[in-house]
Parts: sequence; C-alpha cells; structure tokens
Amino acid sequence: MDPTKLADSAARIATEAQSVAEQAAALAQDATHLALTQTAGSGDPFVFLFTVFVLACFVGYYVVWSVTPALHSPLMAVTNAISSVIIVGALIAAGPDDWDISKIFGFIAVVLASVNIFGGFIVSQRMLAMFKPKK
Amino acid sequence: MSASLTAFAYLLASVCFIMALRGLSHPKSARMGNIYGIVGMVIAIAATVALPGVVSFSTIIIGILIGGAIGTVIALKIAMTALPQLVAAFHSLVGLAAVFVAGSAFFSPEAYGIGTVGDIHTGSLIEMSIGTAIGAITFTGSIIAFGKLQGLISGKPLVFSGQHFVNLALGILLVLMVIWLTVSESQTAFWAIVVLSLVLGVLIIVPIGGADMPVVVSMLNSYSGWAAAGIGFTLANPLLIVTGALVGSSGAILSYIMCRGMNRSFFNVILGGFGGETAAPGMEDLGDRTVRQGSAEDAAFIMEQANSVIIVPGYGMAVAQAQHALAEMAEVLESRGINVRYAIHPVAGRMPGHMNVLLAEASVPYDVVLELDEINNDFTSTDVAFVIGANDITNPAAKTDKSSPIYGMPVLDVEDSGTVLFIKRSLASGYAGIDNPLFYQDNTMMLFDDAKKMCENIVKALKGSGH
Repeated sequence: MDPTKLADSAARIATEAQSVAEQAAALAQDATHLALTQTAGSGDPFVFLFTVFVLACFVGYYVVWSVTPALHSPLMAVTNAISSVIIVGALIAAGPDDWDISKIFGFIAVVLASVNIFGGFIVSQRMLAMFKPKK
Repeated sequence: MSASLTAFAYLLASVCFIMALRGLSHPKSARMGNIYGIVGMVIAIAATVALPGVVSFSTIIIGILIGGAIGTVIALKIAMTALPQLVAAFHSLVGLAAVFVAGSAFFSPEAYGIGTVGDIHTGSLIEMSIGTAIGAITFTGSIIAFGKLQGLISGKPLVFSGQHFVNLALGILLVLMVIWLTVSESQTAFWAIVVLSLVLGVLIIVPIGGADMPVVVSMLNSYSGWAAAGIGFTLANPLLIVTGALVGSSGAILSYIMCRGMNRSFFNVILGGFGGETAAPGMEDLGDRTVRQGSAEDAAFIMEQANSVIIVPGYGMAVAQAQHALAEMAEVLESRGINVRYAIHPVAGRMPGHMNVLLAEASVPYDVVLELDEINNDFTSTDVAFVIGANDITNPAAKTDKSSPIYGMPVLDVEDSGTVLFIKRSLASGYAGIDNPLFYQDNTMMLFDDAKKMCENIVKALKGSGH
C-alpha cells in the first residue's frame, strides 16, 4: 500500500471521528437541555408567561368585583394610570445612546405613557380627595 | 442590577398595583390604594432604568418631564364634568404608546432579546402583531369616543349599510396580515396591521350612540389593558402581563356591569346603532293625557312637608352643572330634619361612577349616596322622589311594556313614592326615544326648566318661606 494513501485515509478517518465526536457532544447538550426543560415542567417560556397571565386575570376578576360601585370612576383613572406601565418597554427602547428609529419610537412612547401616569394618578387623587363621609 | 433583582422589583410593582385596586373597595382605603399605585410605578420605572442596556438617561428624563408636565397640567385643570372625555383621551395614549413600543421592538428586537432583525422569533411576532393591533384599535377608538363625549362629533350613532360586512372584511384582512408578518417579517405587513387596526378602531366606535358611552369607555379601558398584556408577551415581561391582565379584566367587568344596567348584551351595544335613530314618539298622543306642571315654589312647598326625599340624578345634571345647586338644596332640606338620600343607577351619566364623583365634588357625603339595589325598595316609604336630569332610568315602561325598547332594563321605582318631582327642559323623550309614562301620572309634578336654575330657585323659595 502506498504510504501517502495510507496517511490520507488515516487523516480522513480522523476528521470523521472528530465530526462524530462533535455530533455526540451536540446531542448530549440537546439531551441535557431537554432534561432541564422537562424537570422545569414548563417547556416553553410562553407557557410560563401564559400561566402568569391567566392567574393575573383571576386576581383582577376578584379584586375588581370587590370595588365599590361608587368608586368606578376613580377605578378607571387608576387602571388607566397603571396600564401606562407599558413605559417599561418604552424605556428599554429609549435606553441606547444612538438615535435610530427604535429610539425615536421609544422616546415618543415614554412621553405618551408619562402623560398618562402623571395625569391618571393626579386625577384619581383629586377625585378620591372629594369622597367624604357624613360629618 | 442583576436579572433576578429586576424580576423581584417587577414582582413588587405588580403587588403594589393589585393593592391599588384592592384599596378602591372602600372610600376610606382608596387614597392609600392610589399611593400604592404610584409606589408600584416608581419601582417599575427605577428597576427598568437600572438595566444595563438603558444608558441614555437624559433622553429618558426629558421624555418623562415633557409627558409628566402635560399630564399634571391637564389633570389639575380638568373640570369633573369633563371626566369621561379625559379618561377616553388617556386611553388613546396608552394605545398609541403600545403601538410605538411594538414598533421599536420590531425594528430593534435585539434590545428586548427576542431575536435579530430579519430573524425575530415566530412567537414574538404573533404577540407583537396582536399587541399592535389592539393598541391601534384602542387609539383611534378612544379618539372617536373622546370626540363624541366632548361634542366634537355628533353623539348620534353613524350607521351605513354594509357596516358589519366592512368590519368583518377588515378583520379578516387583519388576520391575514398577522399571518403574513409572522411568516415573512415584512415591514409592509407591520404597517398594514397598524393602518388596518387604526381604521377598524374608528369603524367600531362610530356606530355607537352617545348614551352607550359608559360601555364604550369601559371597553376601551379593557382594550388598553389587553394591549399592555400583548406587549408584555412580546417582551417576555411578567410585570406588563400582570398589569395588563388586571386592567383588562377591570374594564371587562365594568363593561359587563354597564350592559347589565341597560339589560342589553355586550354584542348588542358593540354592534351599535342604538339611540337617536328612532324618531321620538309620544308627543302626538299627548292629547288624551295631561301633565301636571309646577313651579319652584310648588316644589319647595311639597318638599318642606316631606319626611324623606330621594334624589335621582342623571346625565342632565352633569350637562347643566347642577350638582352644587342640588347639594345646597339638599342641605337646606336636611337642616329642617328631612332625610335626604341619593339613588344612583349603574348607567346614569357617561361613565361608570360618574354621578358619584360629581356629588362628591359638591361635598355630598358618600354614605347618603346609594346604589340601585340598596335603595330601590325604599321608594314606597319615601314622600318625594326628585328626578334631576334623568329619564329612561326611571321609566316604568321598562317593567310593564313588553314592546318598549328598554323592556327588562332595571329602573328606579320612583313612581312608588308619594310625589315625583321631575325636572326637565321640555317634554322631549330620553335618548332611547321612548315616551315616559311617569310624566302623566297623578302623583308626578313636572318642573320645566334648566336643572341648575330650578335647584337655585327652589333654594330661594325654601329660604324665603321663613323658617
């Protein structure tokens, strides 16, 4: 057998072995990932977020039914103010140093949400301050 | 700030928001609740600003200062009678903010860790498009509601043929665009979703009549919450999801309560076209029925003789700004030992709880202001029912006349009281275009005048009668 041919095939086998090893490593990684997500019992992050969402709907349902009808107007003002927590997303968008379209959008959203936050809480406070019991 | 510390701060903010709503279960705890809301918001903003990706503090501070100044000035200057339109205007801002946040997530997804431009995760794209659509619908819908409440747009429902078909077609087109966006991440699809939703928002609210605004305002309140939750899913942010769900369910419950107050299904209200279109009947058959008309002096005389009076306010009181004059009248009566209480129908006014706020503004103590269920049985033992600016919510036809459009609607049983004093500008019917048999009853006295002027004149007559 030609010694150069021998060397060639040896080299080929070596590369193949390496790729098999790489595949095995990748498989092992997948397996651990799979095992981890299975133990966490919530496969997808969406399922986790959806769980939070559904539970929050139930909390909202029971809390809002306990609101006295006399305070339904302040309830709207307060919920309006707290739904402006969307400012969290706006702050992340407006956060980077470079001005691009995302940052412009983020800045506008920060301004809009701030109008609501200040306006909503102040107008609620104004309304609630007027509700007084009989002297 | 580490990721888990941020998550913990967000959890704390969520709890504060729940406490804020919980506080509203009683007027005594409500102000504390509002403080919880403010604390929660401060925590949420502080935790976000402390994130490593957020470095441009000057931009953020300028943004908050501009918005905060505008919001503060508006909130301090607004008249309490203009609350419904203020709330509608605020809802539109939440919707628009949601659209902008979704837009910035679409153009720089890496900032939110949801992929890279051209390779945004499929799930995030779906959530983003839903958040965008609800936000845009909330925005234009609220602007139309604002216009109707402010009187910039006619409060009459605007109906055209094929309206529901157009809405349906737009809705289907919207779904197709969401699919297109999800598959291709095309910018055109994103903007198409925005534009379609903006148009849909207008079309959904335009056919709804002015008096159905309590439902509309509650519904938009709900939408603004769902929009925030949609964005929360896009950004995988539990705080936004929790808050959005709280606000969304709050608005949904208020819409339900308002619909129940009118004995109409939610879809019946949303599909619109109610109120204003039916020509006011009843005027022509006036001939065989007589109306007893009285003056402020007559009213003062009747109330002086009474032991108990129940006041039934409606939207007309808000329009005439009569709450202060009314409260003064009630005070004079109370000073003579007469038991004065207020009966509030769930849909009196243009937003949930509208009457309660106006009465509170006129320093009426909240413990004499009662809900329909609490006070309706007391009319039988009451000498005088004083109806001011309300009409349909007192119409006995809702209990007896099966052909009446408002049949089955819960109404205040004012006719059971000894005498009904009914302030009205003229004999015109209420928003539902229905005649009110109450006007022709023997124990009813009509007081034809502006609500505020009438209350002032009654006060004068009471004071002049020398007690």
